[in-house]
Amino acid sequence: MNITATLFGQVLVFTFLILFMKRFLWEPVLTAMEDRKARIAEGLAASEKGAEDAKIAEEEAAKTISEAKAQAAEIVAQGKARESQMLEEAKGKAIEEASRVKAAADAELEQEIIRAKDGLRAQVSELAVAGASKILGKEIDAKAHKSVLDDLVSKI
Amino acid sequence: MSEANAPAISNPVEYIQHHLTNASLGGHPKALVDFDVFFIDTFLVTVILASLIAFVSWRVGKNLDADNPTGMQNVLETIVEFVNQQVKDIFPNADRLIGPLAITIFMIVFLMNLMDIIPVDLLPGLVTGVASAFGADPHHVYFKAVPTTNLDTTFALAIIVFGLIVFYNIKNKGVVGYAKMFLFHPFGKFAIPVNVIMTAIEELAKPVSLGLRLFGNMFAGELLFLLIALLGFAWAIPGQIILGMLWSIFHLLVIPLQAFIFMLLTIVYLSLASQGVDEH
Repeated sequence: MNITATLFGQVLVFTFLILFMKRFLWEPVLTAMEDRKARIAEGLAASEKGAEDAKIAEEEAAKTISEAKAQAAEIVAQGKARESQMLEEAKGKAIEEASRVKAAADAELEQEIIRAKDGLRAQVSELAVAGASKILGKEIDAKAHKSVLDDLVSKI
Repeated sequence: MSEANAPAISNPVEYIQHHLTNASLGGHPKALVDFDVFFIDTFLVTVILASLIAFVSWRVGKNLDADNPTGMQNVLETIVEFVNQQVKDIFPNADRLIGPLAITIFMIVFLMNLMDIIPVDLLPGLVTGVASAFGADPHHVYFKAVPTTNLDTTFALAIIVFGLIVFYNIKNKGVVGYAKMFLFHPFGKFAIPVNVIMTAIEELAKPVSLGLRLFGNMFAGELLFLLIALLGFAWAIPGQIILGMLWSIFHLLVIPLQAFIFMLLTIVYLSLASQGVDEH
């Protein structure tokens, strides 16, 4: 329990140790720790930014998909409309064609009938003359009864 | 065990006195302050412990790996971070010297206190044994292993702190500001003589209390270990083991606590010293 010359020795040792610790432990370790802190903060910020980017990309993808879907639906609708229109057109054409064919057939039929009637008319007078001459037993001059025959023919 | 320790119980006073005597150069101290004496054991243990800290710190500081801290680096990083946090909390905008000062005090005081946990007869017995082998009289071979049970050690630290207190006072207040603190400090300008005495006591009490607190705690601990060691005879041995264990456990609390208190008060005192001139 005395103060002795050891005091000076101890002061020297401690002073040296303090300076040594400052130079070789405190400052390097603090620098390293601060470095690490900064790098961790950087990494966290980067990961946050990455997550944000991913979110934005996801949103964009969803938007693109919904746009594509809308477009596809539109195209399908257009296709359907075009289809029904084409059907309609085809139907109209078919009907038109059919009526045209029918009309032509009708006209031909009419002509055929007229032609048949004409043929009949031509033969009616001959038949009538032949019939009458057979009934009467004598030759009948067709020219002499032309008016009667014409009248008959016109009645057919 | 050597002859010096063996008959402990037969002469308890001599046993304790023997253990409380330092190995010294220049004889034993004759007065409270005797600068002719040099305690070789205290100094040696301090140098060894300081070298240990310095060596480990140097190795860790040289091989710092910020990304992949391992082993000792983790330990030292934890201590550095802890001390740095204390410094930041108590002393914002601290000077760059405060942190290293605080961590050095913490580590060296802790290690010096930790010497108290080594069985009281182990190191002295070893030294006595070696010295006897070289022909020395075991009764006059002394070895006191715990540096902090010595006033020189604790006051060496306290003097460093005191010197820094004065340095930071002058640095931050200026010589005039520091003088003004002595002249006008507690009672204003009408009680200058009283102020000087009061402030001087206040300032001197800081290093004295620092040194004496650590010394007292560790000396008392050491003394109790010695008393417990006296119980080393036949029927008292179970009691010795139990008491020794209990006191060791308690002392394990005291050891880091005293180191921490010394460090904390150092920071507090230097923080106070670094405040600008305050009006009273």
